[in-house]
Amino acid sequence: MALDAKIPAGKLDQKWNDYKDHVSLVSPANKRKLEVIVIGTGLAGASAAATLGELGYQVKSFCFQDSPRRAHSIAAQGGINAAKNYQNDGDSVFRLFYETVKGGDYRSREGNVYRLAQVSGNIIDQCVAQGVPFAREYGGLLSNRSFGGTQVQRTFYAAGQTGQQLLLGAYSALERQVSLGNVTMYSRHEMLDIVKIDGAARGIIARNLVTGKLERYFGHAVLICSGGYGNVFYLSTNAMGSNVTAAWKSHKKGAYFANPCYTQIHPTCIPVTGDHQSKLTLMSESLRNDGRIWVPKNKGEKRKAIDIPQEDRDYYLERRYPAFGNLVPRDVASRAAKERCDAGYGVGTTKMAVYLDFADAIKRYGKVEVHKRGLNDESAETISKLGKEVVAAKYGNLFEMYEKITGENPYEVPMRIYPAVHYTMGGLWVDYELMTNVPGLYALGEANFSDHGANRLGASALMQGLADGYFVIPYTLGNYMAGQIRTNAIPTTHTAFEEAENAVKERIEKLMSIKGTESVENFHKRLGKIMWEKCGMARNEKGLTEAIEEIKALRKEFWENVKVPGGIFEMNPELDKAGRVADFLELGELMCKDALNRKESCGGHFREESQTSEGEALRNDEEFSYVAAWEYTENNEILHKEELHFELAKPSQRSYK
Amino acid sequence: MEHYNMNLTLKVWRQKDENSRGRFETYEVKDISSEMSFLEMFDVLNERLVQENKEPIVFDHDCREGICGACSMYVDGRAHGPWQKNTVCQLHMRAYKDGDTIVVEPWRSASFPVVKDLMVDRKAFDRIIQAGGFVSVNTGNAPDANVIAIDKAKSDEAFDAAACIGCGACVAACPNGSAMLFVSAKVSQLALLPQGDPERRTRVMNMVQQMDKEGFGNCGNIYNCEAECPKGISVKNIARMNREFLGASLSSEV
Ligand SMILES: Cc1cc2nc3c(=O)[nH]c(=O)nc-3n(C[C@H](O)[C@H](O)[C@H](O)COP(=O)(O)OP(=O)(O)OC[C@H]3O[C@@H](n4cnc5c(N)ncnc54)[C@H](O)[C@@H]3O)c2cc1C
Ligand code: FES
Repeated sequence: MALDAKIPAGKLDQKWNDYKDHVSLVSPANKRKLEVIVIGTGLAGASAAATLGELGYQVKSFCFQDSPRRAHSIAAQGGINAAKNYQNDGDSVFRLFYETVKGGDYRSREGNVYRLAQVSGNIIDQCVAQGVPFAREYGGLLSNRSFGGTQVQRTFYAAGQTGQQLLLGAYSALERQVSLGNVTMYSRHEMLDIVKIDGAARGIIARNLVTGKLERYFGHAVLICSGGYGNVFYLSTNAMGSNVTAAWKSHKKGAYFANPCYTQIHPTCIPVTGDHQSKLTLMSESLRNDGRIWVPKNKGEKRKAIDIPQEDRDYYLERRYPAFGNLVPRDVASRAAKERCDAGYGVGTTKMAVYLDFADAIKRYGKVEVHKRGLNDESAETISKLGKEVVAAKYGNLFEMYEKITGENPYEVPMRIYPAVHYTMGGLWVDYELMTNVPGLYALGEANFSDHGANRLGASALMQGLADGYFVIPYTLGNYMAGQIRTNAIPTTHTAFEEAENAVKERIEKLMSIKGTESVENFHKRLGKIMWEKCGMARNEKGLTEAIEEIKALRKEFWENVKVPGGIFEMNPELDKAGRVADFLELGELMCKDALNRKESCGGHFREESQTSEGEALRNDEEFSYVAAWEYTENNEILHKEELHFELAKPSQRSYK
Repeated sequence: MEHYNMNLTLKVWRQKDENSRGRFETYEVKDISSEMSFLEMFDVLNERLVQENKEPIVFDHDCREGICGACSMYVDGRAHGPWQKNTVCQLHMRAYKDGDTIVVEPWRSASFPVVKDLMVDRKAFDRIIQAGGFVSVNTGNAPDANVIAIDKAKSDEAFDAAACIGCGACVAACPNGSAMLFVSAKVSQLALLPQGDPERRTRVMNMVQQMDKEGFGNCGNIYNCEAECPKGISVKNIARMNREFLGASLSSEV
């Protein structure tokens, strides 16, 4: 099948308006007869379900948590971008668009990204109207910060809990629609398959996680808003339940999976302490605005961080990238940390960590405060006290979290950090309308591949999730639904539902019947180790080829020897997890295959074979300026290419020197 | 930070489902590192139970960073365990020493029936939000975000109330099983902001009515809720809600 991204013709800045002016509409009376299934209640799913409910569609909303409010989006810390230019510092829709395409290392679609930048401002308006308490200045207007090295201040935030506040806003809009009867909520339900009739998505099979029963649901359209798949690495900053199942089942039912190898490894996370580690905790990128990253200059340094004098410290980001210093993009910062640790300069018990130090920031802020308050006292003590207060006001909750986890006080000793898997730019292939290549099947939020290319900029995932849900899908879905008004709801006794349910049932029974000796958790850990070592921060042909074979073998072993306790018709988290890990075991292989195919370095994907003499990532636009969209077939994954064209953001080699 | 290993005795509530009777089971866990989180200690125990062909202990959790509000364990008589302003997923084993015995139960409240073991059903909270915990503004209706300036102090106070993670510790900690802290946090957040103003009367009336309907107890001014709240939500919100409620009842009588 030829891939048609359906980008509207015309100038970049006119495309979306033209599209909206000409898109088919559905009358209110018809909307009431049309049913939409939304998988996921994160920012993408909750905003979509709420908005579609407001428009009058009959919406069924699903999540596996006990409440939609607990979707993984809740954990986002730093902020959300919008081209409001409230700070009068030269921001614009064009700039946000341009930086997003550049930050994505020229592997995203201009048309989509431009639209994202265009609607970004509306998101902030909507959230404020819902009562989202963003940070404000003394004058009562909204506050912004710069995030991830941007030269403008366009990031809106609510302390270190931006995701929480945005999600609670979307959740409240969703619950309002539940109370009005436009949305029916199915929590503790897990979608386990898509039902296709005559080639179009017409429903799902879901498992009620409390009773264990399989249930069938019809929809004229199905929206996958199930988040990212970073947990394929076992350890990541994602919530424990985050998984690929909904997207993977869609893939197996015909939806192409795009750029699966594009993974974002975030540079500032709390390092692993031991085998018991179940997840990793992010320390927001905003910390790099004030923290300085360093390692000792001497290998085998025994002194405590605070006893190491300046001349024995290597502020390696400032050294290597004088223009951006500690604020280089995430992929660059992560690789630089790995480079230092691999070379033997790491710190902490495992030596797989670097310091993130606030001592200078505390001093700097302290001095400013002394002047601001007109104090005569310039003693180190006063400066330090006042400086710590400023730092606490900015990052208090993060510092607290760090101390709870590590038992160390980051106001006194530098934090220890190390990169960790954080976000997946790859996902279901979608066109401009967010529809996959399967008619009626859509993907929104982190679950799709659309806007971030090979690397996502900080504070842009929240923006994209809400753009998709609040401002894009309400228009683009109508274009499809206008053609559905003559399709009556299909009864779930239809053979397609029956067949899908039987297939799901058989798989569950198979998992339960293996009764092997090794736990699901162990298989997941083993998969994670392969992925991290061979498809992680640096990749090469040899490693990837090995990884593919290792994953195949592991998958075989899983299906022969996994041990799932308990029964089917009860709350059984081990069984839930078994199904998810089985899907990760298939996805992992595709990621390696994609990484192997892409013999260039771009964004989060670093192929060791493709680097400059200084060790920087080297793109190959001649050969790889395309989206790799994989089609599932019984025996193989088939590659389809969507060529990328750049009108306004002309590719250049990123340089942060 | 010095790390150490410890052996512990756990007494854990096991209950097959909502309608079955539950009981405590005792487990010995060995070589637990002080660096583990409390839930990682449960992971270790569960891994062992799986190996012994026993059913692992079921508990709610997801983010494991104290923000999703899923985790909900009552540890040695305290919601979320011994640390102040903390969720149980962020409790770390350095809080314990070798030889300790730890008793772990689910939230106890008639309005939060047990689903299994330590997992409870908190849909009552969602229904309270459905009753009015929102601003009725459809997507696309919003004016520019900076049209209305909001006093920073008020906005910050609204944020403090909005920081509630909906875990239900307040209910579990309260001898009366009152949900006043949860409900008042949402009522306050929206009452403090101009966007919430048009609906403030109906909101508080409807949310309180739903809270009562769900069977939550009355507030006895004991303030265990505030003491155990992982996010430090203040009981001042309860006072504010009472004022809002009184104002709304008076005006609706006129
Ligand atoms: C620690 C952390 C901090 C972050 N900070 C920021 C930040 O500051 N700024 C920023 O822009 N981005 C940030 N991100 C990224 C951002 O949070 C996510 O990309 C975004 O929230 C994803 O939203 P989503 O709606 O696509 O999916 P999610 O929020 O992951 O929601 C997925 C939903 O799908 C449901 N689901 C999944 N599978 C199924 C199934 N099979 N059946 C039924 N339901 C299912 C889940 O229950 C859930 O409701 C951060 C990410 C992390 C991990
Ligand atoms: S698991 Fe999310 S708050 Fe504890």
